[in-house]
Amino acid sequence: MFEAVAFYLFAFLTISMFYIAVTTSQALYAISSLAAGMIFISAFFFILGADFLGAIQIVVYSGAVMALYAFGMMFFDTTRDVKEKHGNKVIVIGLSIISAVLIVLIVGAPIVGSNIEALYPITEGAGNTQEVGMVLFTKYLVPFEVAAVMLLVAMISGIVLAGKKMDLSLTLMNEQEILKMREEDKTKKVLS
Amino acid sequence: MEIGLNHYLVLSTILFAIGLVGVMRRKNLLMLFFATEILLNSVNISFAAISHYYGDLTGQMFAFFVIAIAASEVAVGLGLLIVWHKKHNNIDLDSMSTMRG
Repeated sequence: MFEAVAFYLFAFLTISMFYIAVTTSQALYAISSLAAGMIFISAFFFILGADFLGAIQIVVYSGAVMALYAFGMMFFDTTRDVKEKHGNKVIVIGLSIISAVLIVLIVGAPIVGSNIEALYPITEGAGNTQEVGMVLFTKYLVPFEVAAVMLLVAMISGIVLAGKKMDLSLTLMNEQEILKMREEDKTKKVLS
Repeated sequence: MEIGLNHYLVLSTILFAIGLVGVMRRKNLLMLFFATEILLNSVNISFAAISHYYGDLTGQMFAFFVIAIAASEVAVGLGLLIVWHKKHNNIDLDSMSTMRG
């Protein structure tokens, strides 16, 4: 009973938050409702017994990703209204619902068809975090390391793309050169 | 009233449809990224639900990797978006119809 009430409450909240995030014309409303929706999604993970995944969801999404988006929004002009594509709305909504149903059918058909067995069954007497650690660092060690390398690549590319004057090194320049560079910066018009 | 696997899969489908509508109708690239996050999260819900109802931890593992991919996607995507905004002073999707840099 408690599970059902929690499920329907959070389902309603999540759907309404994501609907606002998708339909609003204000960027600030969109980012706020998206952050709220992410936190509500972590409630499903807690209901499902995936405690560690829920904590990670809160930390990564509403902590890191939303902060990154908020930081990125400082670069863009977010006060003006967001322009939308003016296509045929009925066709767009119909197509998206049909494709979503198709994806669920494609993914769900083998699960319903065959009685699958648990590859890494949940061990008795161990908490969720302990189980996750045991499986992640034994069976999924190589994908874990690959994901770590991918995050490193993403971090370096983010620094290189968003950084200014990456071709200059302040440690290799002497005082006069640095002062000259600063003077040039002041006279130049600041972009964005 | 018992909540089963199908409830979660239907919820995941609804959220995925919302995200898909967002991807189709948004013209601002930042809003397009928001819709992509919704898509990834809806898939995560179904992974966690299947993991719970089949007593298998593989679904949760894949959800972790999806979260890692989403985080790196945001980092790279926002960097590219900042570069584009410095160059063209807008982040509309229509301005990217040509592939010239």
